[in-house]
Amino acid sequence: MVEQQELKPQEKLEVATLAEQTKPGLSFTPNVDIFETEKEIILLADVPGVKSDCLKIDLKDNILTLAGDVKQESINDAEDVLTEYQVGSYFRQFTLANMINQDKIVAELKHGVLRLTLPKVEKALPRKIRVQAA
Amino acid sequence: MILKQFVNLPNYGWRSTFNELENMRYNMNRLFGQVSGRPYWQSHAGVFPLVNIAENADYFFIRAEIPGMESEEISITATRQSLTISGERKIVSEGEKVRYHRREREGGIFNRVISLANDIQADKIVARYVDGILSIKIPKVEAVKARQIDID
Repeated sequence: MVEQQELKPQEKLEVATLAEQTKPGLSFTPNVDIFETEKEIILLADVPGVKSDCLKIDLKDNILTLAGDVKQESINDAEDVLTEYQVGSYFRQFTLANMINQDKIVAELKHGVLRLTLPKVEKALPRKIRVQAA
Repeated sequence: MILKQFVNLPNYGWRSTFNELENMRYNMNRLFGQVSGRPYWQSHAGVFPLVNIAENADYFFIRAEIPGMESEEISITATRQSLTISGERKIVSEGEKVRYHRREREGGIFNRVISLANDIQADKIVARYVDGILSIKIPKVEAVKARQIDID
């Protein structure tokens, strides 16, 4: 029997160091899961509120940059009663160790979760090298 | 000087009077806020999901960030004075042969009850789930809406 654990709220982490933004507003670090299979590296990021055209993914010099803008729909003449979380854009960078095949990167954004599939370059795939008895 | 800070306590609008422990918590948060850089007034109920509630004369607007779920998996129930948001956030396991480097996203069950100050019309609530953000628009009961009273 699997025990169901209760989901605890997490505070959004504000990005500490960042080259200064041109637009005003807060920047947060999204939570990500990174895992690797034999052929690809998959990254899942929680970026609620970001639409597909507001998300920028960049891979340059082995540094992967995720940047997403969030536009909060403001309701006119409504005053805030309770504000428990802040709204802001998302930013995170990763250094990738493997060589990635840049043409075949696939990104899907569904329900505020980004799934980024980075296929590894062929020669980075593990190859079995047989040792021959001399 | 520190003694003076502890004595002058503001009284917030939506929270009723503080009791002693609440005062202490407020002040500790404030002292920590000066160290951590986070605004000290931003405390929350400690229950997932965190919500932002706004109101105008006719509606309550509730927003929560719940990424990675399908609309059917979130259940919202409402009574005359409260709203319950519950569900289970599942993190799909990706298979046998994966090696995790980072695991920051969490899954689990959540259940949050929000009581609202005014009575609400539970049958006319509209909820949308777009891009991982749940927005709920709740009409207030007619009798409670503020009305302008003309002076003869």
